[in-house]
Amino acid sequence: MARLPDPKVAKRLRAALPPNCVVADAAGVKPFETDGLTAIRETPWLVALPENVAQVRAVLAICRQHGVPVVTRGAGTGLSGGARPHPHGVLLVLAKLNAIKAVDAESCTATVEPGVANLAISEAAAPHGLYYAPDPSSQIACSIGGNVAENSGGVHCLKYGLTVHNVLGLTVQTFEGDEIILGGTLPEAPGYDLLATMIGSEGMLGVVTEVVVRLLPMPPAKRVLLAAYDDVAAAGAAVNGIIAAGIVPAGLEMMDALAVRAAEDFTGAGYPTDATAILLCELDGGAAELREEVQRVRQVLEQHGAREVRVATSAAEQAQLWRGRKAAFPAVGRIAPDYYCVDGTIPRAELGNVLRRIGELGETFGLAVANVFHAGDGNLHPLILYDASAAGELQRAEELGGRILELCVEAGGTITGEHGVGVEKLDQMCVQFGAGELAQFHRLKAAFDPAGLMNPGKAVPTLARCAELGGMHVHRGELPFAHLDRL
Amino acid sequence: MADDAADQAAALQDAVRESAAHGTPLAIVGHGSKPSPFRPAPGAPVLATCRHAGVIDYRPSELVVTARAGTPLAALEAVLAGEGQMLPFDPPRFGGRGTLGGALAAGISGPGRPWLGGVRDAVLGVEIVNGLGERLRFGGSVIKNVAGYDVSRLMAGALGTLGVILAASLRVVPRPAVEQTFAVACNAREAGRRTAEWLRTPLPVTGTCFVGGWLRVRLAGHAAAVRDAAGALGLEVDAAGAAFWAGVRDHAHPFFAGGERLDRLWLPRGAYCGDDHALVEWGGCQAWLRSAGDAGPPDGALLTYRGGDNEAGQLRQAPPVRAKYERRVKAAFDPKGVLNPSLSPAAAAP
Repeated sequence: MARLPDPKVAKRLRAALPPNCVVADAAGVKPFETDGLTAIRETPWLVALPENVAQVRAVLAICRQHGVPVVTRGAGTGLSGGARPHPHGVLLVLAKLNAIKAVDAESCTATVEPGVANLAISEAAAPHGLYYAPDPSSQIACSIGGNVAENSGGVHCLKYGLTVHNVLGLTVQTFEGDEIILGGTLPEAPGYDLLATMIGSEGMLGVVTEVVVRLLPMPPAKRVLLAAYDDVAAAGAAVNGIIAAGIVPAGLEMMDALAVRAAEDFTGAGYPTDATAILLCELDGGAAELREEVQRVRQVLEQHGAREVRVATSAAEQAQLWRGRKAAFPAVGRIAPDYYCVDGTIPRAELGNVLRRIGELGETFGLAVANVFHAGDGNLHPLILYDASAAGELQRAEELGGRILELCVEAGGTITGEHGVGVEKLDQMCVQFGAGELAQFHRLKAAFDPAGLMNPGKAVPTLARCAELGGMHVHRGELPFAHLDRL
Repeated sequence: MADDAADQAAALQDAVRESAAHGTPLAIVGHGSKPSPFRPAPGAPVLATCRHAGVIDYRPSELVVTARAGTPLAALEAVLAGEGQMLPFDPPRFGGRGTLGGALAAGISGPGRPWLGGVRDAVLGVEIVNGLGERLRFGGSVIKNVAGYDVSRLMAGALGTLGVILAASLRVVPRPAVEQTFAVACNAREAGRRTAEWLRTPLPVTGTCFVGGWLRVRLAGHAAAVRDAAGALGLEVDAAGAAFWAGVRDHAHPFFAGGERLDRLWLPRGAYCGDDHALVEWGGCQAWLRSAGDAGPPDGALLTYRGGDNEAGQLRQAPPVRAKYERRVKAAFDPKGVLNPSLSPAAAAP
């Protein structure tokens, strides 16, 4: 693995795939050197863009025979470097497998290839009054195969679940050349829930070549509420108050002052730019139910000190309120040369505390942090503003990001809510898990990929890496990796 | 919250470690309330988890509860009900018994499965002892968490063959403000047509069941939503609804009485079982058959639940290619094969 593959491999791949489906020249592979986490770059040895499943299998077979690592990539919108190419490996791009094979209104399912964009599924289902619920912010571009790899979320997870709750079946090609069918249109299947294992496995266990998703009937009506607060902690308490009142909103998002102002400048969504925090709450259901629920939510928002509550009734008004939220990342991108998006989850009750401590950490590191996130899920997305051209700033931003994730673990949460570990959060995995858990992950990986050539080096750190970091971290009050020899 | 004396984790871990060292199998049992296909074969020494009980952490506003495996379902549900919440997957309590660990290991979901999710959908984190006797924690107690492989959900329905479940964090949901059952007399075909239609419509349905010439539907949620939906359906109220659903869930309904062979048929949404003598639930996706003369439509899956030649094996059946990976997954967690070997994929290999 430490050296470039035999030139014979390229020749065989060219013979197995149509002419324009293998790219190996320096200029051609350049666009594939990074995914959505642009701070991490690597030039792939070769890029393969198969057009069908048989070609995917052929690529895997050739790589298996020559011991060449394979990194699978969808649309390349991932935010944790999970699709960072391997310098001595094949980057297997599934973008051309983009057929919607069936939309079945009877069974409320769609069968699609992995390269289909998330939003395209809902568009295809719309004529039947159906839609696909998980909606990551990148849904225009991100592929369903990538969503499966990351167990992607979106703004509607609290009520409608993550990818794992909405994908019914997968067809997976293993590195050994087997095709496994997991789940499907039946409600249950005998045997282990390998479907759940595959979802969120970050391309480490196999290559997904077909996805069956569940489609939901579109809700009859929606309302979007905007509440403005002068205090971040009060907004956090309001989030908890809504859930405690027994209401599960379709979406519940929060933006802090910096994010609100950036989004307003960029989109003109009509946000109150003098607010310290705003909440956006989407409710859906029947008309009578909505009337009642809007009243209850308004009451909770006001009880927690909202100085203004607006209710968007028409689709146009609702779209306008969401526009600012959906464009928040690029909006923040306009106020700083670069930003680094962090992704951790905490118990909702900790929102106020953790946001305050993130602010303090930002000051310590001398970097501004904007917060735009899925408050209902406790899934934070602090955006660290930095300037990559200023010496040491990227490194400082990454260090601050790591500290924020460790703060999430301390608060009883996790180092990644929906973006995955990739290469970005390998060190924080050592904080979240002990040696026993990590070793178990490695054994599970080996059950699917004994050669260890599927997306090597991602998602789960080696025990040696964690041991090296050991001096910095104490896991659950125990000396980490005490059983490993230290020099 | 939980009683420290009820913390049996160390003893359970020791027992597995001991077994792994000697390569002697263990039969893991909670209350032992599940029917035979879900139970380890007799013979192996029993490792009972029921004394490892108690709610460890419950913060209602987080919609998450963490409890030890031996916690009786009835006790757990009572704690949740006290805060106006419930387990979305509504696991069966056969004979009124059953533990949280048993519910997770068996992976049996109640009548609301298509609308409220199954056992695996509610699992957020687990603490287990794997077959090497290691005490491990996966997932966590937050709703969104993608750090590491999803080992937590893998434990749901694994029948204790991958690890002894010590504790689990589960997503809970608010109890609906109103729950009402409606009934209509019809044949199986008509029931299939109606339920398929309800699945496609955004109605607050949380259960359908056809049995004995009656189709029942459960509506749950907001008072206004239930009222509106009830108006749209135009059916009669069944005042004994709550007891009916509990009976179907716990197999206490007369349909399940007796010890004769019982088969379970899984169907895709939109398909339906035309057998007037069957009990059909889950929006038509699960049918219970007393006489399995008919193997069902080709796109369904028929499993023997009780009686028959291979009731245990069928629960583990998998196509050969997938079976290979299931055996490897088993070996990854329990290389010595000490955890419930009679329920493990290798035991069911053709």
